[in-house]
Amino acid sequence: MASPQALRVEAPAPSRPALDTFPQLLLNHAAVRGERPAMREKDLGIWQTWSWAEVAGEVRAMACGLAARGFKRGDRLAIVGDNRPRLYWSMAAAQCLGGVPVPLYQDAVAEEMVFVLQDAAVTFAVVEDQEQVDKLLDIRDRLPSLQHIVYDDPRGMRHYQHDGLHSFAEVLGDGRIYHDEHPHFFQSEVDAVRAEDVAIMLYTSGTTGNPKGVAHTYHSMIVTARNSIEMEGLTDQEEVLAYLPMAWVGDNLFSYAQSMVAGFCVSCPESSETVMTDMREIGPTYYFAPPRVYENLLTQVTIRMEDASPIKRWLFTYFMEHARKTGTRIVDGQQVGFWDRLGYWLGNLLVYGPVKNVLGFSRIKLAFTAGEAIGPELFDFYRALKINIKQLYGSTEAYVMICVQPNGQIKPDTVGTPAPGVEVKIADSGEVIFRGPGVFHSYWNRPDATAETKTDDGWVLTGDAGFFDDDGHLKIIDRAKDVGKFTQGGMFAPKYLENKLKFFPYIKEVVTFGDGRDHATAFINIDLSAVGNWAEKRNLPYTGYTDLAGQEPVYELIRECVEKVNADLARDPRLGHSQIKRFLILHKELDADDGELTRTRKVRRKFISERYGMLIDALYSDAVDCTIDAQVKFEDGRTGNIRATLKLRDTQIFPLTTA
Amino acid sequence: MNPNRKIGDVILKVENISMSFGGVKALTNISLDVREHEVCAIIGPNGAGKSSMLNVINGVYHPQEGRIIYKGHASQSMHAHEAARHGIARTFQNIALFKGMSVLDNIMTGRNLKMHTNFLQQALYWGATQREEIRHRRKVEEIIDFLQIENIRKTPVGRLPYGLQKRVELGRALAAEPTLLLLDEPMAGMNVEEKQDMCRFILDVNDEFGTTIVLIEHDMGVVMDISDRVIVLDYGKKIGDGSPEEVRANPDVIAAYLGTSH
Repeated sequence: MASPQALRVEAPAPSRPALDTFPQLLLNHAAVRGERPAMREKDLGIWQTWSWAEVAGEVRAMACGLAARGFKRGDRLAIVGDNRPRLYWSMAAAQCLGGVPVPLYQDAVAEEMVFVLQDAAVTFAVVEDQEQVDKLLDIRDRLPSLQHIVYDDPRGMRHYQHDGLHSFAEVLGDGRIYHDEHPHFFQSEVDAVRAEDVAIMLYTSGTTGNPKGVAHTYHSMIVTARNSIEMEGLTDQEEVLAYLPMAWVGDNLFSYAQSMVAGFCVSCPESSETVMTDMREIGPTYYFAPPRVYENLLTQVTIRMEDASPIKRWLFTYFMEHARKTGTRIVDGQQVGFWDRLGYWLGNLLVYGPVKNVLGFSRIKLAFTAGEAIGPELFDFYRALKINIKQLYGSTEAYVMICVQPNGQIKPDTVGTPAPGVEVKIADSGEVIFRGPGVFHSYWNRPDATAETKTDDGWVLTGDAGFFDDDGHLKIIDRAKDVGKFTQGGMFAPKYLENKLKFFPYIKEVVTFGDGRDHATAFINIDLSAVGNWAEKRNLPYTGYTDLAGQEPVYELIRECVEKVNADLARDPRLGHSQIKRFLILHKELDADDGELTRTRKVRRKFISERYGMLIDALYSDAVDCTIDAQVKFEDGRTGNIRATLKLRDTQIFPLTTA
Repeated sequence: MNPNRKIGDVILKVENISMSFGGVKALTNISLDVREHEVCAIIGPNGAGKSSMLNVINGVYHPQEGRIIYKGHASQSMHAHEAARHGIARTFQNIALFKGMSVLDNIMTGRNLKMHTNFLQQALYWGATQREEIRHRRKVEEIIDFLQIENIRKTPVGRLPYGLQKRVELGRALAAEPTLLLLDEPMAGMNVEEKQDMCRFILDVNDEFGTTIVLIEHDMGVVMDISDRVIVLDYGKKIGDGSPEEVRANPDVIAAYLGTSH
């Protein structure tokens, strides 16, 4: 135990700058671990690495280059593109100058970008490639504040002759010259950045209304990052793959803030299609993915095992069964007998090791998931492989961390206990509210919205309905505003039902209805790869999604899934009345391009119920089918019509059983 | 269309080519010019002689009459390997890739003519061979990057969908760094999105590398959009030659092709 005297000696000397902004942290890493890798990117098939010292040099050149073109303290810099080292460096460069980076979703169409760029009054934009440049040039006449566009990938840009359009190399070159001419400029700019300054603006995807820019200070980001690093015991040896949208708060925490605080290396995949291969090559030790990704991986493993030879299939089934019994207990540090351990060791050699290697999980220490509930089978599968997968509950306003599942206390249906330093409680309305160091500064330009969400004493409303269970774990049921009522009373929690259905590998997306009705019904999207494989096994020919979705055996398959959920619901006295009475399989996959999902792939409930009102009416009638004309938007922006006749199907309702 | 791209002099001149298979006249007295850096489309109904024309140009078929002047050299016919050495690369109507080999290896085969080490050196994989392979691999990786097929570089070609195989085939042709690229129905059997991608790639190839492109295509929308010039064949005879607008207005063409198609 150190005495207070000894502690004081170890405290940093007053002259050393406090490490409370990202620019300071970056320069510190360059000094302390200058040679260690900071970033990697695969280029022409080969991983290129930049050390912390090199990254600091690039960021300095970029900052000076931006400054030479007139970027000032407080200016906003938009960042649009896939995860690329240079885009992360631009983020840091803007922060070094006291500016505010504003990352945008790279797959948003130009029209969707207008609002954010106008709202944030962005003056500079750093974008990935020609595609993004084209989008910005399209809408430039509506963006009077936008002066400069910098692009990373020069491909196809040779003939572009627009004012204020620069290549990354050009800006870096100018920056180096500027630095030679003004050698003290960069350091003085970095020193002028304060912990309470706004460090980033992240626009929420906006399930309703226009997106809002959530402004976070260095303080809230760095404290949150530091707390989570300490809680999970992360070090500068971690490897992380940055593959989720840069505009999303999670990527900002996991691939930027935590890396800046802990000093670990972040790798950028070659392209969004190569993530699987890149995962295998990098072998991250720390990983975040939405449940969808874990689902897809498990689906792929299952499909491939079904196609494997009988011996392999037997091995897989046998050892996975063993792993489900023992692996989870080993992860949680419980006692496991010698023979079970030996069996696990053998299984690891024959099955678990190879499976993990294929998935790129060989070195994984910690895997997070959040956003949607994750199925118990899914959870068990990964934990059986000794992958410590944990759910967390977060929001952009909290800089992610509200609740995290503590090690050794993992329950599939809760999101864990409050994160370090965060207080969480349930308001009288049933809504979850929180307070802590990561609470956002304000909504950009929206004092009214800020006041609505954040109380004077710092509590933030999440908009989620939930409760604490007996062990103090938070359980989220649904969005508070989505929770409805059946006509005969009783709560209708659509997302709860949808998640239950989505746990089946055959079901990709579900939208349930029931508010103000006397029973629940559902729209279902089948999972094309899983059901496709299932159909092939049964020699069921199909041409594509629409055809497969309309086939009778597929309806039977889905009906069984729905009935299993109903049987399960019947055992829950609080939700037993929300069994799904009728369903249909949609003729097209719900798509963000058609406005049916948000960019983060959440269902836009209101939009769907307006667009498919006819189908909902049919579900609540006696009709056995319904014809619909739906407009679809192709990726290039053109539209077409799909006309289809959908079948409606009844399901069995189980009597309530109280266990 | 990019206004900066300069269309140069005639690079390929086909003069009075006639060719028949037994009694079937595939090509009758056809003459045409292809200028440097242009995208030239050959269209026509089934059996019009389009593929035969391409096969004559790159030396797969040897015409009975007429001659071909390529880069100033006249000959009645070239052998296919000569054509390749002179910078003519092509893709095929029915994909002709090595199905069991990876995408990377398939594109690497396109570098064949550019490899200079001998069999023994290659067997030992030593010194010059190693350096050469690294150089070629870099070029192949650039093509993979260009065609955005990074995610499948190690996938065996036989497992890929048709549209992607077509793209790989284009990649292999590009690996030879051709001056003249012959594409035999590059968009056949593709969906709208794949067609758009392929159009983009063809225009990019033409723009970035200055490659002259002769293509055969059935999709009139595509042809009219991306070609500088369109040549129309019907029953082995040339019935139209000009800009897409001119061809569209040509009454013979309308009667023979556009008018009768559905």
